Amino acid sequence: MIKRLTSLLPVIIGVLCLTFALLHMVPGDPVDVMLGESASPADRELLKVQLGLDQSLYMQFGQYVSNILKGDFGVSIHTQTPITQLLAQAYPATLILAFTALSIGLLIGIPLGIWSALKAGHWQDVMVTMVSIRLAAMPAFWLGPVLMLVFAVWLGWLPVSGMSSPASIILPAVTLGLGLSAILTRMTRTSLLEVLNEDYIRTARAKGLSERQVLLKHALRAALLPLVTIVGLQMGSLLAGAVITETIFSWNGIGRLLVDSIEKRDYPVTQACVLVIALSYVLINQATDLAYRWLDPRTRGAR
Amino acid sequence: MKTFSLSTLAFWLFAVIMAHIVGTNPNHTDLEAILQWPSLQHWLGTDDLGRDILARVIRGVEVSFMVTVIVTAVTMTIGISIGLIAGYKGGKLDHALMQLTNIFLAFPGILLAIAFAAVLGAGINNLILALCLTGWVTYARLSRGQTLALRERLHVLAAESLGASSLRVMLLHILPLLISILLVEAAYSMASVMIAEASLSFLGLGIQAPNASWGAMLRDAVRFMLVAPHYVLTVGVCMMSLILAINLGGDVLRDKLDVRSESRS
Repeated sequence: MIKRLTSLLPVIIGVLCLTFALLHMVPGDPVDVMLGESASPADRELLKVQLGLDQSLYMQFGQYVSNILKGDFGVSIHTQTPITQLLAQAYPATLILAFTALSIGLLIGIPLGIWSALKAGHWQDVMVTMVSIRLAAMPAFWLGPVLMLVFAVWLGWLPVSGMSSPASIILPAVTLGLGLSAILTRMTRTSLLEVLNEDYIRTARAKGLSERQVLLKHALRAALLPLVTIVGLQMGSLLAGAVITETIFSWNGIGRLLVDSIEKRDYPVTQACVLVIALSYVLINQATDLAYRWLDPRTRGAR
Repeated sequence: MKTFSLSTLAFWLFAVIMAHIVGTNPNHTDLEAILQWPSLQHWLGTDDLGRDILARVIRGVEVSFMVTVIVTAVTMTIGISIGLIAGYKGGKLDHALMQLTNIFLAFPGILLAIAFAAVLGAGINNLILALCLTGWVTYARLSRGQTLALRERLHVLAAESLGASSLRVMLLHILPLLISILLVEAAYSMASVMIAEASLSFLGLGIQAPNASWGAMLRDAVRFMLVAPHYVLTVGVCMMSLILAINLGGDVLRDKLDVRSESRS
């Protein structure tokens, strides 16, 4: 356990280096780019000191890391608000969106996948497969507007965008969740079909258990296990997909904060958003890894 | 599946060639005819500046395809080189290179490409650069894994004992055996590069106005969704057909080359 956590350290340091390097990848002088040509020399000097650009690169990096360890991400150039405060407002919104989308994905994906596997080769299976392939090919920035057009504009059932009512979450979450459900459907189907061919399933059937008992007690437990890893990996695409979805639906999460900061050339905010999303992803992956080890009796004893 | 994939690709190729023969101008504006519904004159209608949507969609395919091919070629070359060297040489170099790929993998999806494009500034060149900087990782991992296994093969050991240089072994004895798996991976990742390009353009980080690109068109289309819903629908359907065709083309290629889908989780 501790060994696994220390193996994360190089990755985290690397992530810090890359996000730190972002500011230095700005072509020309970042101060010029952020403030524009017309800024007064005093303002430029202030920003330069604020960003630590007057110090050596090593000093800057050390300062950057130690500030982050203290939970201080600097201030937004645009509004002078502490970035930690901006993140604290936006992050929960993204988490709520991601978990709602995940629930939608699981609630649609797993039952459909099971059904599809049980009907393997029949028309129901073919239909589910066709639909899920198409859904997986549908990028969020198209699915989102189409859902918005149909359910908010034409039918008027749901709010178009914003976060004013609890129903506002439905459209963005469905946009994110549908793509996920397509992947989960296919994974569940493949995994269950594999398990149903195992010897112990034949044994269970041979000892006279009903199909239902075979499925619920023996097959599903083993079949759903690999999904833990998939879900962990997909949380990453949910976080990244949230960037687009949140922009479309004006959902004030971290993705929208990122896109806003890019448009305003508020690079410290951009850096902070990228860092927070990446670190969340690393931690989620680590957590799923541990969960898998704990759930799977075969790997529980190992290391 | 195969026919759908091939016919869709052929259709778009035909459309691009026809557009060049007929000489449509995707940037021709006509402010008297903005946001029109499909008609005989404009088969898919017009956009907010009176430009022909069909002409712009076709130009969008061209741009998108060009970006995708360049990015795929560059990322494949970089990724394979890194993977081959890491897998074949092993040791500290391997460790360092894999640590580097792990760092890149810590950024989910197109997040890193968004970040790079944001700081580099908008435009097609920076878009390609951003996608290249982030796209090599999967190829590197895949070719390293394959190389690790192939390194122990008899014909490789034989070549080594005959005194072949590392470069010769890597290029002539290992690369040919892993190229089919990488081609299948490339076919699939072309679709994701295409989506990534459109996503970045959608966010305003990619191809700039007045040039046509699907992402930028969708961005406009969403703004005018209330008055011209056909705009967002047609652009989306066109884009989906191409992405689906490429994905299915990947399946066909995988079956043809008899590659087991171990590269896809």
